[in-house]
Amino acid sequence: MSDAATGRAIEAVWRIESARLVAGLARMVRDVGLAEDLAQDALVAALERWPRSGVPDNPGAWLMATAKNRAIDLARRNKTLERKQEELARDVGLRMALERSEFEAAADEEVGDDLLALIFTCCHPLLSREARVALTLRLLGGLTTPEIASAFLVKEPTIAQRLVRAKRTLRDAGVPFEVPRGDELDARLPSVLEVIYLVFNEGYAASAGEDWIRPALCEEALRLGRILAALAPGEPEAHGLIALLEIQASRTAARLGPGGEPVLLLDQDRSRWDPLLIGRGLAALERAERARGPLGPYGLQAAIAACHARAREPGETDWVRIAALYDALAQIAPSPIVELNRAVALGMAFGPEAGLELLDAISAEPALRGYHLLPSVRGDLLEKLGRREEAAAEFERAAALTENARERELLSRRAGACRRAQGGG
Amino acid sequence: MRFMMFMYPEIEEEDWEPTAEDVGAMSRYNEELRKAGMLLALDGLHPPGDGASVSFDGDNEATVTDGPFTEAKEVVGGYWLIQARSKEEAVEWASRCPGRNCRIEVRRVQELEDFPDDVREAAEGA
Repeated sequence: MSDAATGRAIEAVWRIESARLVAGLARMVRDVGLAEDLAQDALVAALERWPRSGVPDNPGAWLMATAKNRAIDLARRNKTLERKQEELARDVGLRMALERSEFEAAADEEVGDDLLALIFTCCHPLLSREARVALTLRLLGGLTTPEIASAFLVKEPTIAQRLVRAKRTLRDAGVPFEVPRGDELDARLPSVLEVIYLVFNEGYAASAGEDWIRPALCEEALRLGRILAALAPGEPEAHGLIALLEIQASRTAARLGPGGEPVLLLDQDRSRWDPLLIGRGLAALERAERARGPLGPYGLQAAIAACHARAREPGETDWVRIAALYDALAQIAPSPIVELNRAVALGMAFGPEAGLELLDAISAEPALRGYHLLPSVRGDLLEKLGRREEAAAEFERAAALTENARERELLSRRAGACRRAQGGG
Repeated sequence: MRFMMFMYPEIEEEDWEPTAEDVGAMSRYNEELRKAGMLLALDGLHPPGDGASVSFDGDNEATVTDGPFTEAKEVVGGYWLIQARSKEEAVEWASRCPGRNCRIEVRRVQELEDFPDDVREAAEGA
């Protein structure tokens, strides 16, 4: 194997093993920052050794053994230096833990628990949202600092600093490396789900970042979502989130037109939706529905996405069910955007008046002020009622508010069409 | 990106019945793929003797041949469809398969972006 090929093989092994490695080490040393340093040291050793010796049969075990030896060395060396009592105690504890665990291969269940603990630690509510996202991509996705920086169009030193601070915060707060249980699990799961959802949306919505990284971010989020659902199968929202992501990802090929302009859901070419991902999403939704308790916010959004996925044509869409699901969503996760979507669904299910009625009720919402979709939806409903002049005014208002040039063009065209139809009687 | 891993058993068709031990090891491997969030789909296939072959000549004329097939040739025994971040990662996963007397071929799945514009337009116009 050439050096370049070995390098790529090592990188592949690293991507597969790094999260498990960091998780296993963090369980022993109780510090994700130190665990990451130890894992990195093992990677450096592999980069030196493997090009000559070849990749070992069990590369994960090799990396783990190397990292543990490194930790023991570190603890021994530190002991001879003059330091505070508590640090010494920590190192002694660390050494005992390391020596005890040296010859025990971790059982599958333990590996899973370690990984889950790492997910919860990276997504700890003590950390800012940005820090959680960066740390998760770094420690669970094995992404490099430059990769994370290019994903979010942020300078590398900023990301590096964010990571250092996040790890320090966790250490200083003495955050235990464990999977939360019971009520605490329920309280902390949303923070994990949010991080995975944010990573997916960053790739999907492409608000920033370089082109090549976007599909990679979506795939990474899907991977993390699937891992979470596999590790926490009793959590309905873990299944709900992955159901939502799989169904959204199924539309990737259909959601942009030839010029890169967004294509609305109802205008998409459904033959380009990925049936494999739809099937996976529907199966995950079924698991969410079978799990304990009613569907949560992600599960409900997945159920809505599933209504669209099941309809072979837009005309087959079960809008009555979608309206009911938005109603349920508005109960548990109320937001003006949910209300806006509910108005669309009501309009489709029960006629434009029903949608307009709800829109009138929420139009004073401060959160929707300046939001172009409000007049755009209004215009759509008014047009259906034949109130073309009012519709034209709404479309014009929406066109003035949107920042997307293509959307503005589309809205202006609709306004013009309404005015012409009105003029023609 | 997606990769297909095609499994080619390199044994006689009548020996395709695996032992409980083999199945157990393979299930653990599949579970590992699933828990890594990589596995999209997988299937094992019946031996080709139960199948049929449809071949086309240059004029798109179809000829159907039912199994068993006399000519010895490589046949697919099953497949995994996985999501991986590089070919090397897919190859590393394939290398971890607890297979015996078999060969796994790792092939990247074509995506529309891989094609020239005229082919893409034809696909989109379908």
